[in-house]
Amino acid sequence: MEIILQPWPWYVSGPLIAIIMFLLVYFGKTFGMSSNLKTICAAGGAGKNVPFFDFDWREHKWNLLVVLGAVLGGFIAHFFLSEPTNIELNPDTIENLNQLGFKNAGKSLLPPEIYSWNSVFSIQGILILLFGGFLVGFGTRYANGCTSGHAITGLSSLQLPSLIAVIGFFVGGLVMIHLIFPIIF
Amino acid sequence: MKYLKFFTIGIFFGIVLVKSEAVSWYRIYEMFRFESFHMYGIIGTAVVTGIILLLLTKQLKLKNIEGSQMRVPLKEKGFLRYIIGGSIFGLGWALSGACPGPMYILVGTGEFSVLIVILAALFGTYMYGVLKDKLPH
Repeated sequence: MEIILQPWPWYVSGPLIAIIMFLLVYFGKTFGMSSNLKTICAAGGAGKNVPFFDFDWREHKWNLLVVLGAVLGGFIAHFFLSEPTNIELNPDTIENLNQLGFKNAGKSLLPPEIYSWNSVFSIQGILILLFGGFLVGFGTRYANGCTSGHAITGLSSLQLPSLIAVIGFFVGGLVMIHLIFPIIF
Repeated sequence: MKYLKFFTIGIFFGIVLVKSEAVSWYRIYEMFRFESFHMYGIIGTAVVTGIILLLLTKQLKLKNIEGSQMRVPLKEKGFLRYIIGGSIFGLGWALSGACPGPMYILVGTGEFSVLIVILAALFGTYMYGVLKDKLPH
């Protein structure tokens, strides 16, 4: 039990994620989380005005069930299978975050400086969440996949488009952290 | 009943991503600063294990549950949509610290403000659908 309560090392988590991908392929489906955003848009009736969403979303119900399970899994893992969150970040990262105004880095899953309700109700806070979310939704659909669809499934099946997409993920991420972050914070 | 297996896989997925700390904004930040091997280790071992599993699947001609050849759907060929779309996602991933799997999982961990990110992501997806034909692919 003690081993489960501790954070799991990367060499355990990585292969487990591959097994999740493999199971979904075995069940005749595929591993892709961003598709659910498209499915939810379609389920909400977006297909009436936008042809892109004009498909039978019920065929993707299985993936929404994966999402519901993931929410429950997050609940179980966080409240029953974890000791208080204390992520062992690199001290250099903590120091850098400290300089940007992020205190107690690693003591929670998300930084309260962005995600606490206090921050959410500030102009800067709400803009960060709205922009961040918008870019994730727009970008994943444009690239036709996210970390699960491209980085895990696409690279595992040696597909060139996925390699290009993953390079894109890093181009965007590096620009955000190294060039834009110092301006925002 | 036929959906139970997907729900169960989802639970397992949620647990693995929380226990691996891959749902943490801090881990993503650290990754993009190249200050930890942790996230590269997770993605790297996932991909290596995935390659081995899928090669074995091909070699052994494993069948899926429906009795047909097990295979991963192929992505369309292309360049621009992957590099531009990927970069846009990367900007949002680094800013919000959440990709489309973790954003749901975080709701389960009690981080309800992530719901705003999910709503914004739905709007982003919708806007892609609206603008699709005007964008280079």
